[in-house]
Amino acid sequence: MTAVEEAPVAEIGRDRRRKEDQRLITGRTRWTDNITLPGMLHVAMVRSPFAHARIVGIDTSEAASSPNVTAVFTGADFGEELGACINAWPITPDQVTPAHSPMPADRVAFAGEIVAVVVARTATAARDAAELVDVDYEELPAALDLKEAATADETGGPIAHPDLGTNKSALWVFDSADAGTGGDVEEAIAKARADGVVIEREFRQQRLIPAFMEPRSVVVDPTGEQLTMWSATQIPHIVRFALAATTGVPESKIRVIAPDVGGGFGGKLQTTPEEWVVWALARRLGKPVKYTETRSESLVAGHHGRDQWQKLTLSAEKDGTVTGLKVELLADLGAYVAVVGGGVPVLGAFMFNAIYKFPAYHFACQTVLTNKTWTDAYRGAGRPEATFGIERMMDELAAELGVDPLEVREKNWIGHEEFPFTTVAGLEYDSGNYEAATALAKEKFGYAELRAEQRRRRESGDPVQLGIGVSTFTEMCGLAPSRVLGSLDYGAGGWEHASVRMLATGTVEVITGASAHGQGHETAFSQIVADRLGVPFEAVEVLHGDTQIAAKGLDTYGSRSLVVGGEALVRASDKVIAKAKLVAAHLLEASVDDIEFSAGRFNVRGTGQGMAIGEIAAAVFAAHDLPDDMEPSLDSDATYDPVNFSYPHGTHLCAMEVDTETGAVRMRKYTCVDDVGTVINPLIVAGQVHGGLVQGIAQALWEEAVYDDAGTLVSGSFVDYLLPTAADTIDFDLGHTVTPSLTNSLGTKGVGEAGTIASTPAVVNAVVDAVRHLGVDDVRMPCTPQRVWQAIQAAAATEGASR
Amino acid sequence: MTRITMTVDGATVSDDVAPRTLLVHYLRETLGKTGTVVGCDTSNCGACTVHLDGQSVKSCNVLAVQADGAEATTIEGLASDGELHPVQRAFHECHALQCGYCTPGMIMQSVDLLAENPDPSEEQIRIGLEGNLCRCTGYQNIVEAVRTAAKEVRS
Repeated sequence: MTAVEEAPVAEIGRDRRRKEDQRLITGRTRWTDNITLPGMLHVAMVRSPFAHARIVGIDTSEAASSPNVTAVFTGADFGEELGACINAWPITPDQVTPAHSPMPADRVAFAGEIVAVVVARTATAARDAAELVDVDYEELPAALDLKEAATADETGGPIAHPDLGTNKSALWVFDSADAGTGGDVEEAIAKARADGVVIEREFRQQRLIPAFMEPRSVVVDPTGEQLTMWSATQIPHIVRFALAATTGVPESKIRVIAPDVGGGFGGKLQTTPEEWVVWALARRLGKPVKYTETRSESLVAGHHGRDQWQKLTLSAEKDGTVTGLKVELLADLGAYVAVVGGGVPVLGAFMFNAIYKFPAYHFACQTVLTNKTWTDAYRGAGRPEATFGIERMMDELAAELGVDPLEVREKNWIGHEEFPFTTVAGLEYDSGNYEAATALAKEKFGYAELRAEQRRRRESGDPVQLGIGVSTFTEMCGLAPSRVLGSLDYGAGGWEHASVRMLATGTVEVITGASAHGQGHETAFSQIVADRLGVPFEAVEVLHGDTQIAAKGLDTYGSRSLVVGGEALVRASDKVIAKAKLVAAHLLEASVDDIEFSAGRFNVRGTGQGMAIGEIAAAVFAAHDLPDDMEPSLDSDATYDPVNFSYPHGTHLCAMEVDTETGAVRMRKYTCVDDVGTVINPLIVAGQVHGGLVQGIAQALWEEAVYDDAGTLVSGSFVDYLLPTAADTIDFDLGHTVTPSLTNSLGTKGVGEAGTIASTPAVVNAVVDAVRHLGVDDVRMPCTPQRVWQAIQAAAATEGASR
Repeated sequence: MTRITMTVDGATVSDDVAPRTLLVHYLRETLGKTGTVVGCDTSNCGACTVHLDGQSVKSCNVLAVQADGAEATTIEGLASDGELHPVQRAFHECHALQCGYCTPGMIMQSVDLLAENPDPSEEQIRIGLEGNLCRCTGYQNIVEAVRTAAKEVRS
């Protein structure tokens, strides 16, 4: 055995092609809807067409007597065994939370709610019979408009849940003066009104739909001792917990599997009525039952995202130094408080101050119940809303002062030498370098050249004007330190679990409690473990998404899998190494202190003697010759609870062309420099950024869930809900700076949401910048040609009137 | 019920189907070709794209009886003799998929696009894939994959 061996290439940082791909590109997939079991029955849902109605009667007789129909049920046929959909985050002790039955028996609170189910031998038979279920509704006044719903107590307007007597669910307030993290914002604003600058704006965060590509599907098999649920979910562990907590089945009797899951973006971070109903049906009928939603059902009944009114007041000195920020939000919960529900806008409370040194800050969010589809997490969850608000305001401040928007940001951001920095919202940012990211972004973008072109077009009166939008964002990732969640009254912790099993034949099984649905965990986590244990990338197998295999976990959302789950992997791997070291010392007849571990080998210092970790695994499997008192196992677990969030940041620059005659907008260039800390796999990171950008850009330009006056979702199919296509988007120019996170071993910060959070304000700022000289200071999202054109016309009318 | 006979991924199949059965449901439920998936009900997303007599079709928009006598290729039949199609290889190489749900349709459409135009520009690729939705990738790497595959097919 030679002491000198070629060091293996480090896996971390390498652009490994994904392990996941082989099956996915050849159609060997395990989507939930692919599952077929012997005797399996199929379900079709009967859903309310009314936003708010009393169920007077349901006649199921014709449906029940249809060919191949096994049974028809309504809410009245089930008692407590149906369970309930839970809200895990009551944001205040006095939060008003409507009871949420998976299939209400007496009253529906949004169009799309389940009122009856048909179970049949085939999906076709079930759907045909569902058409024959005759439901008699008595329509009730519906609370639809967010602002009107918020004031219904005073105006006597419609109440979404009349028994509650109010649409106001909770008022969550943070005030820096009360918290001791800063000054009094009212004082700051009053002072600025006297001798500074005050910017007041109201922004609308439109309602969005996550629109994952795989419709939700659930199969429940009740034929074993453990009931098994397959579900297209991001959160198998949380679903298992909630099934046990609400349906009376012991948790130990429940197995939840998230097989291949086709995207989530927060939209599959839910405990759904569909899962609960199918669970109850399978238990009642004793047969496997499957339900797969149609796309229209997905759009109308899967939870929506965003939907806020944001009233913002920013105060500054005349030189542009910010002195205070006041945030007043109205957030639409829809008909129910979803699993995270009101917690989503509250996450934004910590992010409105962003990268800036506001000395005073006030945040108040009123959550409101309406008779629309329930809302919850959608990619970014609270942070895009906050980032949009503050980045729009910083552009408005720059415009008011007549300075470059990057200049006013630089004047106010946290300097790289000021970290760690405790913000006015009470978070400690561990690291960052906004100067470096911005400098690189400006250079890549050609900032000066594009500004020069903008000036030329202004001067020549070009009908197509150029606008440049800036977004210097940060986000809080790695959800989340359990103590922080506890202080916010969240119902669970934020830890993550990992196991590393050394198999006798030399491969390594890695089990993670994170539950991937497109992120590439199998590849990235293999790279981490391969590096840590010094084993080949190919020798690592990553298992996840099945509560019988990954017994512990808190699943995937909030850019947590790598930052929290990855750290758990590192710690479990280190425990394996520590155990193996004792065996190595024993077998090599050396002192433990003389054993060095490097590149997968345990060597006796100063000798040529050593053993590979695989050899030790085989020796431990045989267990013929181990140290006294040692268990014959190297396998190790770790449960990691983060000490802090991580704070990715970046500078995004967007150039938009706006046709002032038609209102049409066209993206000319988009450059982003993201600092996500240490990059495990640059290929996967770039993919996450690309996809994130398009979702954020889509909020700025295209997407909106639109309801009519009766509370019907009129954008209820992909014909009407405008997802961007390849023809709508451009190639993005990506760059990175690396300021490692100081709160985990790998220095990672999370990347899943960055693109979405940063891009929306960059695009809208660019659109507004293109037409600001015409008097426009805002365009409501999505910035459709019609809205842009109307904004230009309205500004012209105002200018004309004031002239 | 109507008797149909067709070739799917090289094998002859023959079944009695209800006339209203969609091709995608015949492929998935009768033949077990679950590699082809359903993403919407309105022929917008293209996740169900297969080839019928060498042309790409959205199989949610074709009745099974319309495919009687035809030759169909799904994502499961694209590789030959264990050798991936250049477009499949390029999707892997260029990281053109994340969750993979749109991927079967996206690959089948890309193959069709390259059959019609072996040397497409970026714009032609983007327009050629307009009928296929992807929510994960932002399309950039998909466009790159089609370019990469085009080079390989031409050489």
